[in-house]
Amino acid sequence: MNKIMNPQLSRRTVLNMSAGAAGGLMLGFQLGGSQEAQAAAGEFTPNAYITIQPNGRIVIMAKNPEIGQGVKTSLPMIVAEELDAAWTDVDVVQSPINDKLYGMQWAGGSQSIPQNWKTLRAAGGTARAMLVEAAARQWKVPAAELTTADSTVFHAASNRSAKYATLASAAAKLPVPDAKTLKLKDKSEFKLLGTFVTGVDNEEIVTGKPLFGIDVQLPGMLYAVYEQCPAAGGKPVSFNEAEIKAMPGIKDAFIVEGNGNLAQLAHGVAIVGESTWAVFRAKRALHVKWDETEASKDSWTSFTAQAQEFAKQPKGANVVVAAEGIDEAMNGAAKKLKAFYSYPFISHATLEPQNTTAWRKGDKLEIWSPSQIPGPNPPVFSAHPFLTGTLKIAPENFTIHQTRIGGGFGRRLNNDYMCQAAAIAWRVEGTPVKLVWTREDDMRHDMYRAGGFHQLEGGLDANGKLVAFRDHFITFTANGKSGTMGAAMNGAEFPINVLPGKAEVSQTLIPLKVPCGAMRAPGSNVFAFVLNSFLHELSVAAGRDHVEFLLEVLGEPRWLKEGNYGTMHTRRAADVIKLVADKSGWANQKSLPAGHALGIAFYHCHQGHVAEVAEVSVEGGKIKIHKVTFAADVGPIVNLAGAQAQAEGAIIDGISSMMHLKLGLENGRIQEGNFDQYNMMRIHEAPPVIESHFINSEFDPTGLGEPTYAPVAPAVANAVFTLTGKRVRSFPFMEEFAKTGTVASAGNKSAS
Amino acid sequence: MMKLKINGTIQEVDVDPSTPLLWVLRDTLGLVGTKFGCGIAQCGACTVHLDGIAVRACSLPVSAAVDGEVRTIEALAKPDGTLHALQKAWIALDVPQCGYCQAGQLMSAAALLEGNAKPTDAEIDEAMAGNLCRCGTYLRIRKAIHTAAAEINGGKA
Repeated sequence: MNKIMNPQLSRRTVLNMSAGAAGGLMLGFQLGGSQEAQAAAGEFTPNAYITIQPNGRIVIMAKNPEIGQGVKTSLPMIVAEELDAAWTDVDVVQSPINDKLYGMQWAGGSQSIPQNWKTLRAAGGTARAMLVEAAARQWKVPAAELTTADSTVFHAASNRSAKYATLASAAAKLPVPDAKTLKLKDKSEFKLLGTFVTGVDNEEIVTGKPLFGIDVQLPGMLYAVYEQCPAAGGKPVSFNEAEIKAMPGIKDAFIVEGNGNLAQLAHGVAIVGESTWAVFRAKRALHVKWDETEASKDSWTSFTAQAQEFAKQPKGANVVVAAEGIDEAMNGAAKKLKAFYSYPFISHATLEPQNTTAWRKGDKLEIWSPSQIPGPNPPVFSAHPFLTGTLKIAPENFTIHQTRIGGGFGRRLNNDYMCQAAAIAWRVEGTPVKLVWTREDDMRHDMYRAGGFHQLEGGLDANGKLVAFRDHFITFTANGKSGTMGAAMNGAEFPINVLPGKAEVSQTLIPLKVPCGAMRAPGSNVFAFVLNSFLHELSVAAGRDHVEFLLEVLGEPRWLKEGNYGTMHTRRAADVIKLVADKSGWANQKSLPAGHALGIAFYHCHQGHVAEVAEVSVEGGKIKIHKVTFAADVGPIVNLAGAQAQAEGAIIDGISSMMHLKLGLENGRIQEGNFDQYNMMRIHEAPPVIESHFINSEFDPTGLGEPTYAPVAPAVANAVFTLTGKRVRSFPFMEEFAKTGTVASAGNKSAS
Repeated sequence: MMKLKINGTIQEVDVDPSTPLLWVLRDTLGLVGTKFGCGIAQCGACTVHLDGIAVRACSLPVSAAVDGEVRTIEALAKPDGTLHALQKAWIALDVPQCGYCQAGQLMSAAALLEGNAKPTDAEIDEAMAGNLCRCGTYLRIRKAIHTAAAEINGGKA
């Protein structure tokens, strides 16, 4: 990848690409202007993803939001692979938002790779086929005799070759082949995919170029802050308007009426001024009288007390997975275990605080936003329904630009900050306005990872085989009917998914007003800990080796039915468990340094099968993680650099979240506000070694950002138990561990 | 009017002296490479050098920088564009994920290497503990600092 980051796409090309067309993905649709116009310009734009320029540069569009998950590099790599372009010839450009051209343009659910795999391969393969056909016609040889590599077509028999750029004009005049007729590469023929390709924006990042939403600068731009009620749902009655407006650099301050949807526009007070500092300072001086009649009164103390009451029942009213005869199976079990697990609310804490810049010109609105969902889909999260419905802007009158995003983790699936900026800019007509949240805004007005409570019960037969498993999940509801976002079980969770008829899941729903959202591996990021810690409790009680126990629980190799974004295959699961056990020295734990122990866990989510082993010790009363080894089956790896980065990041995120993170919630108010009270992992706490093992299986590739997160917490928890005999059943783990934990009553510590 | 020396250039700015240096850099001078993360010197995203020392620009009043030399991420490379050894290592080892914290990480690392040409893991951890990376690029940061140190020391790690 060369450093040219601003390739000269012709104005005509860009206009045509932005113009949209009738439905569907644009393979087979001519975008680069008419064929004659393309040919005359020496350009070749067979579809919305590729332009081959006469100077030899190959522009590939990166369609999806880049939040650090690497899709600005990995998605274009898929196109380049099938195009057989030399990566050094490629310039990656962030595409405009245009769902007609690009289909899904959001970052979430580890879906960028699986949902775009086929489309992007076809995009590259189409262009390649046309370039080959152009060369065949020029040389009057059969296309079948031609090969491609390094942006060049070769004819071995006559020792001829032609760079793609020299064929661009001719290729542009050819009909676009039917995608069904394309011969795509066999995975064994991949040259670029699976290699270590560094991020296309790396040089701009390390030299401090403006890339992020918060870096947007426009002529005459003003700055804004937005004060929301500290208790979700509160409404401003009045504020010290005269005082605020008299402060230096302040242009305006006004109450904004919300639209009743906290994921769009909460009620609040906007302050607009000449600099970020001016509005931050005014925000500190702001005194708002809130009407809290409708506001949240949520209290973690109360939730905990309620949950402990509910947990006295083995079953909640909302049965998610029924298991007939579970009571008999449990009563008939040779050994029966019960345990109560819990975890608190936590915040996404993206390092780039929420922000958006918006500029109203007449009846038009232009927006620059670091959003994971900048497009119209899915509408439940998109800001588009707010812009058209609440602000009444016609769809053709607003444009949303993608920016690089300083961390997503699911926070920016919601577009509340974008809606706020739009509402403010709509009022401050004619001048661009950049809304920036303070860190305190960000931590206190998140869409949180919900806390939760699980009353578990498990039964083992006389042979130590798992015969009954039940989870009474005490969770939260926003609508009174179902678990809130990221806090509902559905039966796809391991091991519930492999125990049909033997596992029961039920829920008790506690009403909640604080908004919750998806956080990296939603649900799985806590269920994996709860379920796989308890599974370890059971194998310990049975006196079994945990790997052997896990493999027995998985049972025969088979696909399970459709679950969390796809299906789990028990053979893929067993393979990663065996691989990680082998690589981590599971069978040879006696050779570990004195005072070290291993723990293992498996989980499946977002189509990824991942097993992880943590090596821990306890020094000075603190848990130290020396190494995490993981094995993942997510099909073939697209970009090894990105894949390893995603896994390392997810594992560190998983450990960071389990060890220290907790938000207090009282009287509807999140208690913490900044990083001095919210201890995210720093460099000295990171495990020094994270060892990666990918099974490049025959399946199509799936995402990595989330599935590698889930198993690390139970792997660590199980290792801590094996080492100390303390079973820690709640987060923040380090704090709970310090409270001594509960020494297990059953089982043999050495048989982990 | 206050005179500041930023990246070797004298800049005159008309701001309240209590304004944090961060916002003068970002809003007044348009140097947006230095990032806002917390506003209370807890995350390190705003790290710049003041007379060669790594400081948190979000909590440093601009008046405190008047007599000093400020260096930001925009001037970590040489004026001819030659990248700092750290920048080269950051690119080659693919350190950034979202990239938002990396300017601050690099400025902290550069200050470290200026005072300690061959830091150990423990010394790196100590110097870098003030810089949060929400994406968890810590392992690559550590490795890249060692790589850059080796390059600066003429290949002698």
